[in-house]
Amino acid sequence: MISWLRYLGRSGLSFFERLGRGNLFLFYILLGLPTLILRFRLVIQQLYVVGVLSLLIIIVSGLFVGMVLGLQGYNTLVDFGAEESLGVMVALSLVRELGPVVAALLFAGRAGSALTAEIGLMKATEQLSGMEMMAVDPMSRVIAPRFMAGIISMPLLAAIFSAVGVMGGYFVGVGLLGVDTGAFWSQMQDKISWSDDILNGVIKSIVFGVVATWIAVFEGYDAIPTSEGVSRATTRTVVHTSLAILSVDFVLTALMFE
Amino acid sequence: MSDNNKDTPLIEIRNLHFSRGGRKIFDGVDLDILRGKITAIMGPSGSGKTTLLRLIGGQLKPASGTINVDRHNVPELSHRELYKLRKRMGMLFQSGALLTDLNVFENVAFPVREHTKFPESMIRTLVLMKLEAVGLRGARDLMPNELSGGMARRVALARAIALDPMMIMYDEPFTGQDPISMGVLVQLIRLLNDALNMTSVVVSHDVQETMTIADYIYVISEGKVIGHGSPEQLNKSDSSWVKQFIHGMPDGPVPFHYPAKDYLEDLISGTG
Ligand SMILES: Nc1ncnc2c1ncn2[C@@H]1O[C@H](COP(=O)(O)OP(=O)(O)O)[C@@H](O)[C@H]1O
Ligand SMILES: [Mg+2]
Repeated sequence: MISWLRYLGRSGLSFFERLGRGNLFLFYILLGLPTLILRFRLVIQQLYVVGVLSLLIIIVSGLFVGMVLGLQGYNTLVDFGAEESLGVMVALSLVRELGPVVAALLFAGRAGSALTAEIGLMKATEQLSGMEMMAVDPMSRVIAPRFMAGIISMPLLAAIFSAVGVMGGYFVGVGLLGVDTGAFWSQMQDKISWSDDILNGVIKSIVFGVVATWIAVFEGYDAIPTSEGVSRATTRTVVHTSLAILSVDFVLTALMFE
Repeated sequence: MSDNNKDTPLIEIRNLHFSRGGRKIFDGVDLDILRGKITAIMGPSGSGKTTLLRLIGGQLKPASGTINVDRHNVPELSHRELYKLRKRMGMLFQSGALLTDLNVFENVAFPVREHTKFPESMIRTLVLMKLEAVGLRGARDLMPNELSGGMARRVALARAIALDPMMIMYDEPFTGQDPISMGVLVQLIRLLNDALNMTSVVVSHDVQETMTIADYIYVISEGKVIGHGSPEQLNKSDSSWVKQFIHGMPDGPVPFHYPAKDYLEDLISGTG
């Protein structure tokens, strides 16, 4: 019992210690951001690695999620004779919820884990230490550009996910199930508002971008510099990011759409 | 310039204390590294040689004591001052620490691109000169994973001297090298030290190679300097610690066993 309490206390302490380190780390990244403006080329390189290389999985998943939404939505709506609202339903689900959330989860699996592994390996092979000794601050040279690239990519990826998803819903709803094209698009246009739905979706995905990339670069930087340490950090990135995204999503949704 | 005063040591360490995970790594170390000389720091594995280099480079902070590098007390420097000082220090890591996503040329060019605004033609000339100095001008297009261990270390050396530092620290430059690349490295360290008028610090546990190139040697063990002097002086030393290390005797004042409770008691107790 005592040892159990001690274990609990110790893991609690180490959790808060990590949280503290993570926050300090974020602070140093933010300090490194201003100099990045002068060296935007570094961010652009990372945009390719973090953003462009995640495109395929985002597009394919978006398409399938949209198609499933089309099928499921049609089956529900047709009972009420409201299948004309299929466009609204698909688009709302995607823009408000599934676009930001699923894109962020996929991002954690594709780009986040890669970021953690890359930074962790750079640490394990002393590349980060080596940079420090060359008087190059890894915080502003390695971490900050990746962080920035993640934050820029996330809303774009979420938007692409939603757009492709709407196309998927359209194929299934209009193409296969015979919903009226005009109704599909016009209802969507009527019912979805820029300020409520789209803006909130974008805000969500920016927040998710910060959370996902922060966790990914922190786990890499904080990894135990051995191959085992790096592989564990990579797993932690995916698990922690997924949990963080889902819980932050709940909070944001409660605040935005009460 | 008074900074280049030949008489003061480039690095002056006084009463250095440092612990890691509750273990004392340094317990009152004093040492001087003279300008223009090759100073070796020897000691068994785990005696804190790499740690010492990291303390000199400001990557770790000592619990107490001063580490003066060219009259700057490293532990007290601000981030900015430390980075300014590091531009004048080179360090060769055990692994080479080359950037794995850049080829040989770009690795050597890296510090130049980061710290100067030289035009591309000048960077090319500079990088090729440094690569020529380590004999790897022909390897400029290779990626780090295509290099042998010895070549990687030489590329890292070319990178470390790219900005003509005042000093260079070598972490175990000979470990894991075949006899030929070992010979090449020994020669290069001497050559660069004399030709570029640098100060070199070589950390090693390879007694023979180190004895052949060092001008002065410190032997550390269990957190203390247990002997120092020129190679000849150390060879003649009658300290049993120094003798054990220089002649590679398995047991002596430096114990073969990691500290543990009594062997018999340990076997009988049956737990832990
Ligand atoms: N990151 C670390 N955390 C805790 N202890 C460490 C760490 N790195 C090294 N040590 C310990 O410090 C001691 C000195 O290590 P090091 O300087 O690498 O020795 P050397 O280079 O002489 O082989 C070793 O006993 C090692 O276990
Ligand atoms: Mg070492």
